[in-house]
Amino acid sequence: MSAPAAVTRPAAAQTHQIDILLAAGRSRRRAGALAASATFGRRAMLKIKHDPKQLVDSVAIPILFTVLFTYLFGGAISGSPGDYLKFLLPGVLTMSIAIVTMYGGARLAQDVTTGAFDRFRALSVWRGAFVLGGLLSDAARYLFASAIVVALGLIMGYRPDGGAPGVLAAVALVVAFGLSLSLLWAAVALLVRDPAVVISIANVVLMPLSFASNIFAQPGTMPGWLQAFVAVNPLSHVATAARGLMSNAGGTGGSVAWSLIATAVITAVCAPLTLRLYSRRG
Amino acid sequence: MSKKSKAGDHPAIEAHDLVKVYGENRALDGIDLTVRRGQVFGFLGPNGAGKTTTIRILATLTRPDSGTARVLGHDVISERDAIRARVAVTGQFAALDEDLTGYENLIILGRLNGLSGAAGKQRADDLLAAFELTGAAGRPVGGYSGGMRRRLDIAASLIVTPDLLFLDEPTTGLDPRSRSQVWELVRQIATAGTTVLLTTQYLEEADQLAEQIAVIDHGRIVAEGTSAQLKSRVGSGTLHVRLLDGDQRPRAQQVLAGALEGTVHLAADPLALSMLVATPADGTDVGRMVGRAMIQLAEARVGVAEVALGQPSLDEAFLALTGHTAGPTAIDHQDVSA
Repeated sequence: MSAPAAVTRPAAAQTHQIDILLAAGRSRRRAGALAASATFGRRAMLKIKHDPKQLVDSVAIPILFTVLFTYLFGGAISGSPGDYLKFLLPGVLTMSIAIVTMYGGARLAQDVTTGAFDRFRALSVWRGAFVLGGLLSDAARYLFASAIVVALGLIMGYRPDGGAPGVLAAVALVVAFGLSLSLLWAAVALLVRDPAVVISIANVVLMPLSFASNIFAQPGTMPGWLQAFVAVNPLSHVATAARGLMSNAGGTGGSVAWSLIATAVITAVCAPLTLRLYSRRG
Repeated sequence: MSKKSKAGDHPAIEAHDLVKVYGENRALDGIDLTVRRGQVFGFLGPNGAGKTTTIRILATLTRPDSGTARVLGHDVISERDAIRARVAVTGQFAALDEDLTGYENLIILGRLNGLSGAAGKQRADDLLAAFELTGAAGRPVGGYSGGMRRRLDIAASLIVTPDLLFLDEPTTGLDPRSRSQVWELVRQIATAGTTVLLTTQYLEEADQLAEQIAVIDHGRIVAEGTSAQLKSRVGSGTLHVRLLDGDQRPRAQQVLAGALEGTVHLAADPLALSMLVATPADGTDVGRMVGRAMIQLAEARVGVAEVALGQPSLDEAFLALTGHTAGPTAIDHQDVSA
């Protein structure tokens, strides 16, 4: 660092420079809402570039779940891992994305604790930009995680009857649902302002939703009360819809509709709440 | 004072009876504040006195429980966007991204401040050069020294020249050289016409930079004035004298009390005495006063080993202004609000 120069340099020269800089910086144009959102998305991408560890959740969870659950339950439930994959993979996709969503909330809480959040809040930009920018980077992560699940499935012998369009439609549905969960954890993060607490809360919610669902087994053999829960569990509907889209089976319109409704309802509740909490002044 | 911002009738900051309570802690207990445009205003007080809470309210990040404040003529509650467009905040509560490089931090803030891609890059390059950070521009901020970080922090707040700059403890934790660098930057920013409100725990810093100083304690302003006005109340500092012979201490005490008109404190060290030296009202300089006192000691045949005149510490200032020391009394409100 060239610090000593700053002390010894004649003050007049530097004063002149900073004076000119300040005079030149007086133009004021408010950043557009989309430009600001894209900038926050870019910030998240730059953070990944400098600290690739940030991607661990989006990589490890899909790999772990896909491989582990296929070989863990594959033989027992469907006779062979290959058959079971047809049933399991869309569900594992749903569960992986759902679990990955909570880390976005943790990152937001981290921003709040380090003060980066307040620096951004003190700017004159559309208040939704910070949240929307976060969603943009979340969407990229979820697509990345989805690609890993699908690629692993193909390697292990999964052949979707719905082909590429079916898989893409399923991924789009799951990612959309994941983004609504992102908003939920964003609201939680702004409330509790502690990354570890966000993860704890999200785990308590997501673990039962993931396992008490039709992701791993058809609910036919479950007790009645559990069947009732599975039937209303939004993750069941998303998994069923993804399964239908990927295997090109008929009659999944209902599940797709339920998934979209769940996505819309969670978004409609959490988006305004998140924005409110974002602009809240303690 | 070449380029003062648009001359308005209203002051840069006008706050009246601001109150903010966190749980049991009255962080602000009725703050009144007026800062003229183009002024460097110093907010002096210990940790937890309410400095950061005041800045957060004025920067529209925190809502006061009661009271009103106008910043650059705009109300902090109802016109926060107008304020946000024209003020910049630096400090520990509004930090930079540690993972990103210095350059990337400036680019991101440039875009968020409405600069185009090309203009933002140019501005980032210019600021990095002016703040002597070009060499570190490509490194993540997490690896910066305290001084570099503070310079980048200030550079980032000038991405678009603010009409008002809040500097929250700009030199806390810096070594003396980095501190004088930051002081020089603050002077230049003020000279270029930006109003600066800075908080500090250091009397010397307020003295060096601020035309007007408010002393804050327990959420209240306990004294306000120019540096000279406050000093005349606080005194110039503490005179420390060490004698060659402890037996002569009573005589030394008598001579000093007479010569400098004050109470002489006898230290635990049997050879040492100290006393607060008041700035003479008639304009005599302190050096002459102390010199005379030393001559009187010599004439009284008191052998002196050491003499030192220290700047008044914040503790001494607080003792003089509030009657108590600036101990760590209040809970740091940042813990509550951040």
